[in-house]
Amino acid sequence: MKIYKLVLIELWHRKSQLITALLAITLGIGVIVGIRSVAVVSEKAVAINLDNLGANILVLPQGTTIDNYYSADIDAPTFPEEFVEKIRTSTLSGVDNISPKLTRRIKLNNQSVVLTGILPSNEIAAKPTWQTSGLTGQALKATCDTSAANKSHGFEDTKLQRKPIESLQQNECIVGANIAKLLKLKQGDRIDILENDFTVFNVLEETGTIDDDRIFAHLHTVQKITGIENQVSVIEIMGCCNAISEGLLGKLRNILPDTKITTINQIVSTQIKTNQLMNKISIIFLIIILFVGGISIGNSIWANVNERKKELGTLRMIGFTKSKIYQILLMKAGILGVIGGILGYLVGTLSGVVLGPQLAGLNIQPIPIYLLWSVLLSILISLLGSIIPAYLAGKIEPYKIMQEA
Amino acid sequence: MLIETKGLSKFYQHKDGLIEAVKEIDLGFKQGDFVTITGPSGSGKTTLLLLLAGLIRPTSGTIQFQNYKLHSASDNQLAGIRSKHIGFIMQNFSLIPYLTVLNNVLIPLSLNQNGESSNYDYAINLLEKVGLKDRMNHLPKELSAGQQQRVAIARALVNKPNLILADEPTGNLDPALAIEILEVLKQINIENQITIAMVTHSPTASEYGNIRVHINNGCIQEF
Repeated sequence: MKIYKLVLIELWHRKSQLITALLAITLGIGVIVGIRSVAVVSEKAVAINLDNLGANILVLPQGTTIDNYYSADIDAPTFPEEFVEKIRTSTLSGVDNISPKLTRRIKLNNQSVVLTGILPSNEIAAKPTWQTSGLTGQALKATCDTSAANKSHGFEDTKLQRKPIESLQQNECIVGANIAKLLKLKQGDRIDILENDFTVFNVLEETGTIDDDRIFAHLHTVQKITGIENQVSVIEIMGCCNAISEGLLGKLRNILPDTKITTINQIVSTQIKTNQLMNKISIIFLIIILFVGGISIGNSIWANVNERKKELGTLRMIGFTKSKIYQILLMKAGILGVIGGILGYLVGTLSGVVLGPQLAGLNIQPIPIYLLWSVLLSILISLLGSIIPAYLAGKIEPYKIMQEA
Repeated sequence: MLIETKGLSKFYQHKDGLIEAVKEIDLGFKQGDFVTITGPSGSGKTTLLLLLAGLIRPTSGTIQFQNYKLHSASDNQLAGIRSKHIGFIMQNFSLIPYLTVLNNVLIPLSLNQNGESSNYDYAINLLEKVGLKDRMNHLPKELSAGQQQRVAIARALVNKPNLILADEPTGNLDPALAIEILEVLKQINIENQITIAMVTHSPTASEYGNIRVHINNGCIQEF
C-alpha cells in the first residue's frame, strides 16, 4: 500500500472535513481569480481611457521648450525626420505609437493659424479623440495592450467605420473646429495655403485642445511648402506608462542623444498612479487571501491532526518516521491544494463571467493561464498553512497511544 | 540473545518528585521465547515494553537487540528497526479506522520497497491464518473485538518480525476470546519461532509464557 493511497482513503473517509477544507480553499482562490479577472478587464478599460489623454512623451529638438511645442514659433528648431526610423527600428518595448510633426505658424486670409504636418495614420492612432470624427476605421489602441486583445472584452469603438486617414492626399487638409468657424470652412471647400491649393478633407469636431486652432496636412506636403525638407519639429510618442516608469525615457535618450526627450507629466503621472493603485489593490487582496486561506487550511489540518492522534501514534509505533508523517500531512494539503485550486478557478471565473456584466458592465472572459496560477497558489497556501500542524503531528509520542485503553 | 538489557533504568520527573519506573533491570530473551511480563498497575511493565520497543529512551543502561544498540540509536534508526523487525499488538487494537482489514495489515509494508503484489498475497495468507480472509474488505468497526485483535496480530506478523511486543492483548476481550487470541499467539510463537514479549494482568495469560517476568516497583522480582 502506497502512502498516497493512504492519504486519498483518509480524505475520502472524512468527507465533512474534506468539504470544509475544500470550501475554504475554493472560496479563497475563487475570490482572487474573480478579482483578477475583473481587474484585468478593468485595467484594459482604464488603459483605453488613459490613452484618450493622448501622447505622453515628446521628442523635441535640443534647446527647445514645451512652450515652443505649443506656440509653433516660425523659427522653432527642427531635427531630421530619420529620427522616427531610429525609434521604429530600435525594438524598444512600450512604444505604442509614434507621431512625427512639423508645425509652422502661417497667415491664412489674414488670420494667424498653425499649420501642422502629420503622418495621418499614426496621428489618428495617437489621438483617439479624433477617431470620433470619423476619420479612420482603426479601433482604439490601448496604451499597454493591443487592439485585438481589447476587442475580446468589448471595448472596440464600433462607430469607426469611415474612410481611413491613410487616404489623405497631398492636396488635402483637415481643419480644426475653431479655424473652420473663423474662416467659415466646411468639408469639400478649397483653400489656398502658402500659394498651394488644398481641399478640406474634413472638419474636426471641437476637441477643446490646441488642435481646434490648427490646420493639418500631410507631413511631407508641409515640409515641401514650408521649405523645411525632411525635418520635423516634434515626435509625439504614446508610451506604455509601465515602460516609462521602467526607464523608457533613458533608452530613448540613448537612441536620440541630440534631442530633448520629456514627458507630459500630468498624463504620465495619472497613468502610473492609476496602474499602481490597481496593482496595489490586487496585492492587498492576495495578501489577505494568503493569510486567511493559510489560517483556514492550517486550522483544518490541525483539527484533522487532533482527531488522528491515535492513528498517527500507531503509524509512528509501527515504524513511520517523523518525515513520513510530515509527508502524509503535506501530501494531503497538496491534494487539497490541487483540487481547491481547480475548483477556485472555476468558481472565480464563473462568478466573473456571470456577475461581471450584471454588476460592473464588464464582459469578463475566462483567463486559462489563471488555472495554473490558481493551482500553484492554492498548493502554496495549503502547504504554508499545514507546516505547523504537520510539525506538531511529528511530535506526537507513539508510546502515549500504547497507554490508552 | 535476541534482546538483552543491562542496568536498564527509566526515571520520570514529576511535580511530586522523581518517579523511578524501571530500575536497574538486567534480562535477556532468546529467539523463540514466549515471555510474559506481569505485575501490579504502575509497576513498570509497560515502561519496560516501551524501552524494549525503542519507543522511549532509557535514563541509563543498555538495550541490545540483535546487532542494534537501541539505547543510542537515532529516532530514524529506531523507526527503521521497528518497521523491519518488531511487531506490535495493543490492548486497544490500534487499527486505522478508515482502512479495510487488508489495508490495515498492509500498512507496515508501505515503508519498504517490496513488490506490491507479493505483499498483497502474503497479507491475504496471514488473514487466512487468523481466519479473516473472508472479511478482508471490511472496516474494523464491522468486526468483533476478537476479530479486530486478530487483524492486529496479522499486521504484527506482516513484516516477518523477530520480536512481537504485546501490551495487554487480551485486556479488552472476554475470557473465551482471550483464550482464542492467546492460542493464536502461542501457535505463531511455536510455528515461526518469533519471540513474544507480552505484558498482562491476567494469570491465565501469564501461563502461556515459557519465561515469566514479574515486576514490582520497577524491579524484577521473578525471572
